[in-house]
Amino acid sequence: MSRDNHEKRKHYRPAENLQLAAQILILLAAVVFALFPIVWVISAALNPSQSMSSQTVIPPLPETRTIVAEAPGKLLRIVSLAGARVERSAEMILLVEIEGEEKELRAPKNGYVDNIRVAVGETFQSGDALYDIRSSYLINVDTLLNTERKPFLRWMFNSVVIASVSSIIVVLITAFSAYSFSRFRFAGRRNLLVLILLVQVFPNLLSMVAIFLMLQQIGQHIPFFGLNTAGGLILVYVGGAMGINIWLMKGFFDSVPRDIDESAMVDGANHWQVYWRLIFPLVRPVLVVVGILSFVGIYNEFVLARVLLRDKDSWTLMVGLWQFISATFGQDWGVFAAGAVIGALPSLIIYLSLQDQIVGGLTQGAVKG
Amino acid sequence: MAEISYEQKRKRGRYGPAAILRLGAVYLGLMIVDAFALFLVYAFAADGVWELAITIGLITLMVNIINLRRDLYALRWIAPALALMCLLVVYPIAYTVYVSFTNYGDGNLLTKSQVIKLLSRETYLPEGGKVYAWDLYQNTAGEFALWLTDENDGDKYYFATMTDFSPVEGLAAGGEKPADYQGYRKLSRAESLRASGQAQDLTFGTEAAPIGIAGRRDAGEFAQRYVYQDELDAVLDRASDSMFYPVYETGRDQNDKVYRTGQFQNEAGDTLRTGFIANIGLKNYRSFLERDDIRIPLTRIFFWTIGFSFISVLSTFTVGLLFALLLQNRRIPYRHAFRTLLIVPWAIPGLISVAVWKGMLNPNLGVISNMLRAIGLEPPPFFIDPGWAKAGILLVNLWLGYPYFMLVCSGALAAIPSDMYEAAEVDGAGWWNKFRDLTLPMLLVAVGPLLIASFTYNFNNFVIIEAYNEGGPPMVESGTLPAGHTDILISYAFRLAFGGGRGADFGLASAITIIIFLMVAGVTLLQYRLTKGWEETSENV
Repeated sequence: MSRDNHEKRKHYRPAENLQLAAQILILLAAVVFALFPIVWVISAALNPSQSMSSQTVIPPLPETRTIVAEAPGKLLRIVSLAGARVERSAEMILLVEIEGEEKELRAPKNGYVDNIRVAVGETFQSGDALYDIRSSYLINVDTLLNTERKPFLRWMFNSVVIASVSSIIVVLITAFSAYSFSRFRFAGRRNLLVLILLVQVFPNLLSMVAIFLMLQQIGQHIPFFGLNTAGGLILVYVGGAMGINIWLMKGFFDSVPRDIDESAMVDGANHWQVYWRLIFPLVRPVLVVVGILSFVGIYNEFVLARVLLRDKDSWTLMVGLWQFISATFGQDWGVFAAGAVIGALPSLIIYLSLQDQIVGGLTQGAVKG
Repeated sequence: MAEISYEQKRKRGRYGPAAILRLGAVYLGLMIVDAFALFLVYAFAADGVWELAITIGLITLMVNIINLRRDLYALRWIAPALALMCLLVVYPIAYTVYVSFTNYGDGNLLTKSQVIKLLSRETYLPEGGKVYAWDLYQNTAGEFALWLTDENDGDKYYFATMTDFSPVEGLAAGGEKPADYQGYRKLSRAESLRASGQAQDLTFGTEAAPIGIAGRRDAGEFAQRYVYQDELDAVLDRASDSMFYPVYETGRDQNDKVYRTGQFQNEAGDTLRTGFIANIGLKNYRSFLERDDIRIPLTRIFFWTIGFSFISVLSTFTVGLLFALLLQNRRIPYRHAFRTLLIVPWAIPGLISVAVWKGMLNPNLGVISNMLRAIGLEPPPFFIDPGWAKAGILLVNLWLGYPYFMLVCSGALAAIPSDMYEAAEVDGAGWWNKFRDLTLPMLLVAVGPLLIASFTYNFNNFVIIEAYNEGGPPMVESGTLPAGHTDILISYAFRLAFGGGRGADFGLASAITIIIFLMVAGVTLLQYRLTKGWEETSENV
């Protein structure tokens, strides 16, 4: 509200300076509110201890600790080989014999096993170094990417494929429709537009029963589009994205003056040529933004994906991440955090770099948040 | 070259080689689509899935008409979008409306004819039917056969292959069973045990007298148990010799026996295990009022849905506007950096954000609880107590949602001309008066429709509810039906349909869905009028 573009007012009253200080303080508090969860999850991702309770804002420095024998004994078996990743503390590292009894030596913390200094069958004395355990900032990422039970990279790949294919199809099909709604005048045009808007209000989450059964039926004859397939999910996403995007794109096409195509028509061009040679190049930047936004929207979607994809290998990233939020959330916290950070990156980068274009599009109807 | 008239150019465009090629491509494409669609229609009709067969047939017809008629040229551009919407949006809506008038759900998952088909496959061992002891044989092709011993009849022997049943002659009672018989080899005890699971699913003997394995020792002449009788529209259970009639109306008869729609029931009131999908009229809708285990949760959930949406919009708008106003001050250093940092929450996928907050609010281990404990406060039960769970959801939603309104308000504030403020200052207006009488009204004109859009968005904001606590803590009043204190309408409907454990009730879920749809559609129409959408669509560009 202040209008400080008056160059002559260089001197501010003390009250104004106080006001400014208060404003900056509020903004700083706001930034803390906005960023604390993000700082916290990044710190959790880098924290070598995976459990939620032992987390600190600044993760402890990576360190190598040498484990020393507490009593003399004999090494029977090496369970975790050198270089092995210990995901949960208390995993067994060595099987030893102490005073005639078998004893399991377990890892005191998460990390990588290193430098096992005793060979199998050798004896050691009390105070001898047995092995090192080395913690690392990236152990959670390593666990995330290399756990067969939870194929994170596979999920990410699925998400990217499904989101890109869907958004490309959506943009192509809706651009055709928008051109027609923008350039042709035909009977029922207005009613059709309103109908599309109304039908779109029905969230496809609600017709999930019908969609589920339909994909099941289709899948019996065309397995490519069945349940549990990327093809089926893409079909559902594309169908659900038609309405809102037709409206959005019609707005963009409307902003291109009709004089341009009318003069081309006089020169003998038909609609096909007008579309591809004249209008399409003009709206291409906008189409790219719409495409990228629907990419992010589909990439982030998880409800439909969760119901329609049953197989672990066909899951998308969000369905996979959802699995972490379960009973063992507290223990898997570090790995989940690593997945959350990596999974949020595409969306974060796209939104922050396109913020101005998105605001432009938002005020024209597309809503997020 | 002579001047070509406009008309000639038009003609050339219509009949030139390029145009013919294009037309050929259209026909070829159409033919491929038609072949594909006809295959699906045929396949679904063969399956008895008529609703899908008809839908796909109609859509194909529509696409063909649009592409073949010259006067529908404009629609050709829209045809792919229309076809997809019809199949994936309109058909599911129609189907949902239909389901909301039925008892579709666990226990009633199949149509009546499908149930009858399923029942006709069930067999039983009729009374007085012969029971044999069995030994398993197998030939080199892997086919099984049974050596049957009729122990009641002085050890008579029979041999049953997959297609044949014949008595064995010339073997004395109590004699050793042959190791090989008609090309079949007798399996050892261990082999027989291993294969018995497989053999149990088979039917031996002739079609007139099928023989199956009934247990570890017994095999017998099984017969079809349920026979559908067309003229009576009833299923005869030959095991109990009673007639089961399909029930189309719920109620009690004169003997106070309860009859339930969608079940096969006999005179004694007994019910067959599998029910069928039946039209139950408005029962799902009436149960909103009539059934306590639905009415009480539904009323609470309805008000919470409204409250949640309203508070979410109000809080995100207020905070977003506050930040936008602060960021307007040009004296604030690093204004752009502040803005970028403040919109970060909006750029994170919702599911991830909620999950992170869920971790931070965890009463035992979460960082916020630890911080509260550090300053001597007992951390609130953010997931167990209904009130605190709601507070937690509203807090998280504020974090998720304010950047949107901050961005929108920034844009709208910048559009308010500064000379209006100058005029107000000349009139001696203070900052509060300027805000109340100038900024806010101007802002609401621009942002008003977005407030409504945000309301409908939150109305169906399934992700935050599901990710925060899956609707919990559970509501006791809902009895065996799944409902939670933080559930909103859409998540309640979802839980009724896919809630797992307690059984799905697609009919009831669909009825709630229709209610949601009507409410949201009403709000959307209102918003559409507010944004003057009518003029926009009727005007020429």
